[in-house]
Amino acid sequence: MKRISLLLLILLTLSLACSNNDKVDLTNVTFNFNHNWDGTKVTNADFNTLKFTNAYGNQMSIERLRYLISRIVFQKSNGKTIVLEGYNLVDVTNNETLSFMPSTFVTTGEYSNISFTFGFNNEANTNNYADLNTASWNVPDMLGGGYHYMQLDGKFLNDANEEQGYNYHAIRAVDTPGETPSFPQDTFIVVNLGPTTITDNATFNIEMNIAEWFKTPNTWNLNELNQTLMPNSAAQIMMYENGQNVFSLESVNQ
Amino acid sequence: MNKWLYHIALAFLFCFSCENEPVEQYVATPSPLQIPKLFSDNIIAPIIPINNPQTQEGIALGKKLFFDPILSGNNTQACADCHAPENAFTDSAKFSEGINGNLGTRNSMPLFNLAWNYDEKFFWDGNTFSLEHQVFVPVSDPTEMNSNWKDVVLKLQQHSEYPNLFKNAFGTNNIDSTLISKAIAQFERTLISANSKFDQYLLGETKLTPNELNGFNVFMDETKGDCFHCHGSDKNPLWTDHAFHNNGLDNAFTDLGLGAVTGDPADNGKFKSPSLRNLAFTAPYMHDGRFATLDDVINHYSQGLKNSATVDPLMKKLNQGGVQLSDNDKADLKAFLLTLSDYEFISN
Repeated sequence: MKRISLLLLILLTLSLACSNNDKVDLTNVTFNFNHNWDGTKVTNADFNTLKFTNAYGNQMSIERLRYLISRIVFQKSNGKTIVLEGYNLVDVTNNETLSFMPSTFVTTGEYSNISFTFGFNNEANTNNYADLNTASWNVPDMLGGGYHYMQLDGKFLNDANEEQGYNYHAIRAVDTPGETPSFPQDTFIVVNLGPTTITDNATFNIEMNIAEWFKTPNTWNLNELNQTLMPNSAAQIMMYENGQNVFSLESVNQ
Repeated sequence: MNKWLYHIALAFLFCFSCENEPVEQYVATPSPLQIPKLFSDNIIAPIIPINNPQTQEGIALGKKLFFDPILSGNNTQACADCHAPENAFTDSAKFSEGINGNLGTRNSMPLFNLAWNYDEKFFWDGNTFSLEHQVFVPVSDPTEMNSNWKDVVLKLQQHSEYPNLFKNAFGTNNIDSTLISKAIAQFERTLISANSKFDQYLLGETKLTPNELNGFNVFMDETKGDCFHCHGSDKNPLWTDHAFHNNGLDNAFTDLGLGAVTGDPADNGKFKSPSLRNLAFTAPYMHDGRFATLDDVINHYSQGLKNSATVDPLMKKLNQGGVQLSDNDKADLKAFLLTLSDYEFISN
């Protein structure tokens, strides 16, 4: 009897010691997506009026804005990474899904970089996603298939001072549309948010400066590039280039 | 002490008697929707309200009610009169005639794949949430069935069959408008169309002609038809985005559509994108039935677009009147669109 008691005591002590030494804190992370035009907050209440002016000088409106983010990666300084499952179609038009909490937990601690992908990388873009099909988010097979990265639609005042529609749709750049499309370069964007220390239930407040899509390095003239941009690989590459500075990390609340 | 023991024993007995007492809750025979393969493979699950599961008895009752003129004010008009099966459950007339000979102001909408209307906004302007609530509208609309629910319930309650059918479907023979709407909604959810020639093509069961294939390419090509942005693709078997668009029908609006529902001028002239399934049976087209033929519809998008403050930016080449399709592409686009018609659906 004494022997059994002693054994139980040892086991209990050992288990407590283990739980204290190997304690791993897991926490949820949330990503909020906010939008501005060169610093002025933009919501869907600002849509449908010609209240924005891009870097070229086009007076323009926004009527629809949806974009996809995926592959959120937490990277440690030792190179170890945690890739969060899932993706999120941010729908600014309907003021929906502006906040995204991945189902995967992350461990608390210091991270040398946190990143996400604007759109899908090429591998993820080959999968079939029922929710994105339901949202009519597809890219036609003749353009390589997969999914849109962004749909930004609206109107602008053209050279004739008439309102005209534009469809700034970002996809994987494609040449030779048809049965065997080719891809000149990748146009999904890995957005690096920089180092962060996660303590508990971190909320990342991400900002998209919509004006940047039209600004640097390519000053976008909507009179020249407005519609039918999906099969225009040069326009897609310009969107990719301008998209490099669109997103920023405003703050982390925890 | 004995008194206390007696009370405790009584309490135990009471509890046990409660636990064992059967609670009668009627459950009709479950009848889950038969979800087509192309749907389950490509789009998210349908909407079935938790308080109105599909049952054999409920569906059968809903079907009987749908075809029964008893719901109308003078017992002359059934739901099926304006939603005829041979027309994919719509009306071949531009505007449907109510029981008093009055005409509506919008074209009757076809009824199929309604359980996949994810945002549950029904009618051309989305004014009603949920299929169950949709049922309430035409019955009491003065220009349609011009009835009232008190009379409808009374007629059904005094009917020789209905009380028993409601008892079988819902466990009560006390009929009310909610149960009527639930039964009809259950039936309407079974109206699933998923066996068109194009469905069979996607399943590898048949081939398309070169013209039909070219028509599909015109549909998907942003430099040609660019239909896919609003009407989906081979990855979305519903062939609609269920969203509201101003597709350039008018410079000025006599019918505000969504704008009249939301009160937002930015929504004026917007109407729900209809599914492109079953176009062979659903003429005339558009919310006001203005186009008698598919050729008229294709010509509209090709060269008939009209500008307005709320016209959708997805309408291409607006200043030229539209996407300027060649005659061959128009003919092929029409051939493709007709492959979305499901002849099995209208014959069942």
